[in-house]
Amino acid sequence: MNFRLRVWRQENRETEGRLVEYEARDISPDTSFLEMLDIVNDELTERGELPIAFDSDCREGICGTCSLTINGEAHGPRHPGAACQVYMRDFRDGETITIEPFRVGSFPLVRDLVVDRSALDRIVQAGGFISARAGSAPEANSILVPKHNADRAMEAAACIGCGACAAACPNASAMLFTSAKISHLAFLPQGDPERTTRVLRMVRRMDAEGFGNCTNIYECEAVCPAEISASLIAKLNREYARASWRERFGE
Amino acid sequence: MIVAVTGVILVLFVIGHLLGNLQIFLGPGWINGYAQHLRDLGPLLWLVRIILIISVLLHICFTILLALENRRARPQPYVQRHYAKASYASRHMVVSGFVVLAFIVFHLLHFTGHRFDPHFPLLKNDPLNHYDVYSMMVYGFQNVYVSAFYIIGLFLLTLHLTHGTASFFQSLGLNDKNFTPRLASGARVFAWLVFAGYTSIPVAVLLGLVRPAQQL
Repeated sequence: MNFRLRVWRQENRETEGRLVEYEARDISPDTSFLEMLDIVNDELTERGELPIAFDSDCREGICGTCSLTINGEAHGPRHPGAACQVYMRDFRDGETITIEPFRVGSFPLVRDLVVDRSALDRIVQAGGFISARAGSAPEANSILVPKHNADRAMEAAACIGCGACAAACPNASAMLFTSAKISHLAFLPQGDPERTTRVLRMVRRMDAEGFGNCTNIYECEAVCPAEISASLIAKLNREYARASWRERFGE
Repeated sequence: MIVAVTGVILVLFVIGHLLGNLQIFLGPGWINGYAQHLRDLGPLLWLVRIILIISVLLHICFTILLALENRRARPQPYVQRHYAKASYASRHMVVSGFVVLAFIVFHLLHFTGHRFDPHFPLLKNDPLNHYDVYSMMVYGFQNVYVSAFYIIGLFLLTLHLTHGTASFFQSLGLNDKNFTPRLASGARVFAWLVFAGYTSIPVAVLLGLVRPAQQL
């Protein structure tokens, strides 16, 4: 298969970026999207040009490192799945494919298609953990977790922190990510002691990072490779309201 | 949060106002009497009006602030954009909101301020000495341009409500995974019922099904 690529090239944050056209020739339909970029990069390197910088790690959809906006959609046309799970058979032969980075003000551009998503790490550092004395594992049945809660916590914990939710959101809001991280612990007894402070600190950190506001458009859940449901954002709103009342009345 | 709460107040008004207006189909006695009752409320009517005006102002101010923050959150826009799910209504709430605002201003000047229509000052009170709201509505909607603007305004209100009425449940935390699709379709049905209810009046007037109670 042959493709015409329009790739965002930008040396760094300070310089202006632009779309540059490349040809990808004789690509097997079973090539993954990232492998196709590797092939194009090999050709660029042979010609003595700088290869296209892009993020990837596990390439099997579980690490959340890849971060491409393909034809205007975070992680490309195949949902649910990360960009590394997109194959060239998902496109038409001869198609023009536009590749841009995740465009979120809070994800500063590093180079070409690579952005710095450490804002998400800082949201987790603000409260997305439990304070427990590490040591030998406690007896498994000493803390009982209802099956329903365990399932809901597991669904929320599936978030791989790729940032596609914020990239796809017309408002560049990171509410889906934050709601997953908060819900995951709010459903479990282990998360209960810090339940109030966690949601307040994480939401305030999220706002301080400069993400936009959720207006319930739900584009986030459509592109989420881990199929996190936007109904967790309602859960976040409940948690935040509860925590705000408790804080207000000094509990 | 504030946008959602004020949104609920405004939706309740939209429902109440619709039920009031639909009394036009029950004849002049009903709607003229209803309008007189509203005016007889005196200070209570003004209380409701002030709550509504404050709700509208807060709703607009906070959405503008949010929209500006959202714009700042993505300084470099995408060159190409494709939406997998986002509805047209949900992405154009500010635009539809401003058209509805322009419509409300015109609507208040038109029917509450009695502007733009040469018939309104000529209307006499009905036999019970109530203001003849019935004939005022009929004469108002007999103007094709007025009716057309009303229907356009209501269409944008409907678009606004298809997203808005589902959205405030989510913002107030009253949603879960199973409720989301039902909420979305419920909001759509509600919004289009509002559209059908309100537009039935100008359509009935233009078709000559509802005629003025007094000739001018």
